[in-house]
Amino acid sequence: MKLSNFISASAFKLTAVAISAVALFAYSEKMAERNPRKDRVHVTYWEGWTAFEFEAMAAIVADFNRSQDRIQVDILSESDAVNKTMMSISAGLPPDVAGLGNPDIAHFVDDHALMPLDDFCKEKGINRSQYTPIFWDMGVYQGHVWSLPSVPASTALFYNPSMFSQVGLKPDAYPKTIEELDALDVKLSKLDGEGRIKQIGFLPSEPGWWTWAFGYYFGGKLIDADGNLTVNSKENIRGFDWVASFSKRHGSDAVQSFKQGLGNFSSPQNAFMAQQVVMEMQGVWMYNFIHTFNPSLSWRVVPFPHPADRPDMANVTMVEENNLTIPRGAKHPREAFEFIAFVQQQKEMEKLCCGQLKFSPLSKVTPEFYQKNPNPSAKFFYELSGSPNSVPAPKVGYWQEFQSELSATIDSITLLSRTPKEALDHLQERMKPKVESYRQRVEQRRRLGL
Amino acid sequence: MNARREAMYGYLFTLPWMIGMSVFMLYPVVASCWYSFCDYSVLKPPMWIGLANYQELFQDEVFWQATRNTLVFAMLSLPLSTVVALALAVLLNGKVRGQSVYRALFFMPSLVPVVPVAVLWFWLFNGDHGIINVMLHSMHIPTVNWMSNPAYTKWAIVVLTVWGGGNTMLIYLAGLQDVPTSLLEASELDGASGAQRFRHVTVPMISPVILFNVVMGLIGSLQVFAVPYVLWPTGSPERSAYFYAMYLFDNAFKFNKMGYACAMGVLMFLMILVLTLALLKVGERKVHYQDGG
Repeated sequence: MKLSNFISASAFKLTAVAISAVALFAYSEKMAERNPRKDRVHVTYWEGWTAFEFEAMAAIVADFNRSQDRIQVDILSESDAVNKTMMSISAGLPPDVAGLGNPDIAHFVDDHALMPLDDFCKEKGINRSQYTPIFWDMGVYQGHVWSLPSVPASTALFYNPSMFSQVGLKPDAYPKTIEELDALDVKLSKLDGEGRIKQIGFLPSEPGWWTWAFGYYFGGKLIDADGNLTVNSKENIRGFDWVASFSKRHGSDAVQSFKQGLGNFSSPQNAFMAQQVVMEMQGVWMYNFIHTFNPSLSWRVVPFPHPADRPDMANVTMVEENNLTIPRGAKHPREAFEFIAFVQQQKEMEKLCCGQLKFSPLSKVTPEFYQKNPNPSAKFFYELSGSPNSVPAPKVGYWQEFQSELSATIDSITLLSRTPKEALDHLQERMKPKVESYRQRVEQRRRLGL
Repeated sequence: MNARREAMYGYLFTLPWMIGMSVFMLYPVVASCWYSFCDYSVLKPPMWIGLANYQELFQDEVFWQATRNTLVFAMLSLPLSTVVALALAVLLNGKVRGQSVYRALFFMPSLVPVVPVAVLWFWLFNGDHGIINVMLHSMHIPTVNWMSNPAYTKWAIVVLTVWGGGNTMLIYLAGLQDVPTSLLEASELDGASGAQRFRHVTVPMISPVILFNVVMGLIGSLQVFAVPYVLWPTGSPERSAYFYAMYLFDNAFKFNKMGYACAMGVLMFLMILVLTLALLKVGERKVHYQDGG
């Protein structure tokens, strides 16, 4: 065969193979569409959950699809859902409904990436009075409603009563004040033969998800009502002095070594389940992990203690929420809200929250809700979330960066390389120009209509 | 086939590569330069802000800390990797029984994917139970918290990088096998010792290979990302393990400051360009090319 003929034949074959591959791909995409109901409006819904949490929401979606014959919701479980949602909005191809966490709302709104839901809520008669106020408020930013809750959570102190008994304490002798917690930490901490920490009473950095929040337990705030940074307030300094006291008491190096040896949260080696940490701050989800990995574990959950001289700081709890939002550019916003409103109905919300072993964000629940809910701590967490001292992550668009800065600051505090005052003063100074620059750019964009 | 037709087929066959190159390389590079002068969060259209990102970068202490960490890491890992890989290559170049087995054993670590490597070393470096500290302890050498003491985190990643340097070693080995035996024999007849032969014959003969490995190693060190990101996702403790590429990634995908991240990308490109050109300049004087080039 001549070279030119060979090349022509190869080019033809290659083109044919490429076209076939594209056609096959397009066909497989078509085939992959489950129940392609042409007579219905298809609403796409992206959610970050997997496993039983996803299944619980999938059951609600199925209920919705059965409840009427006009709209079909297609739910998809996404890993890294926030970033994928962001990219899809940027590309102009967002889902109709996106599940986001409450700390994401502010920056999505600042970037004009979500649709306001005020008018839809008004049409459907959905308002604040139907919710535990904090869970409605988490979806409100700059005077508008941007999201409605799906599943909420709050935090408290989990402790192991049988480990209390082992050191001669009564199983219900849990700490009510920070000072009692400190005394129990001393009593419950144990060293091994070589002087290494074998068991610890309490450690603020385990699991370390809310270390930024310890100032709140002492009456502090990171940002005041006017949006000013108050990182180095005396209450926050006191809170972080308390955090540093654990490194001073047990030794910074010893604590670091101990922490390094702890297993993953979602495993039987979890520090609380492996009985290496006796008291731990955790959330409503903890029941599920205990039930899965160590069902015979002795545990109780109580409100996190408050400083003895600040009884007004009783029942401080970190609250979180999964939210349902409609991204800007969604093809079917009205139909998307039909689904969101459906989830807000008491029957469906209770079914979802029971399925996820959590409590309801609604102000009222049926008497059967707690009987049906396998999580025995659901009612406790629900009541705690109604506390006037419930604390959500600050609603600011620069929260992720702020949190990263806080994390580095807390490192220097727990490693005792800076005093809490020095570290927080430094953070305040460092964040100020960043916040200023963020605000200026948001304002500049508003003026330019971008 | 006439020349024109041949050229057309040439372009046709290179077209997929050119399209890929333009879409996935050229466009992102040009766009990154443009975005570096913009406030851009991905969600909104970019807004021109001139040099503001660069001004902010130069006043950003975390930028300087990440740059410092990266340069320190490069300065520690590059010479060490070069020496260790070259020494191993020399050993594996000798005529020893079972040499192929040794070669496979020393090359094997570079075949392990990045994430398992990071997890494996996380446990080896564990302060209380890690085998490294257990060995140090048994030899009555004071142990350290490799992963959580800011003074040792960079050393931990240097050790890990040197351990995984099988590819570099393999390139040196190929270079060593290319050294003409006639030169080695001639120098031996002239009475040169083993060390002298290595210094005055082997090293000059493999100097282009050394230059290549050093340039590639430098670029890799300055872009270090995956392993430290698995071991210390926030660069903790005290950002001692926070490297340039990690801060760039966080700005782009966590803090939604794509414009700022692009400015970092442009600066990194310039930094790598300057250092590579400097190395090549040094190479002009120190590197011996057999063809005299």
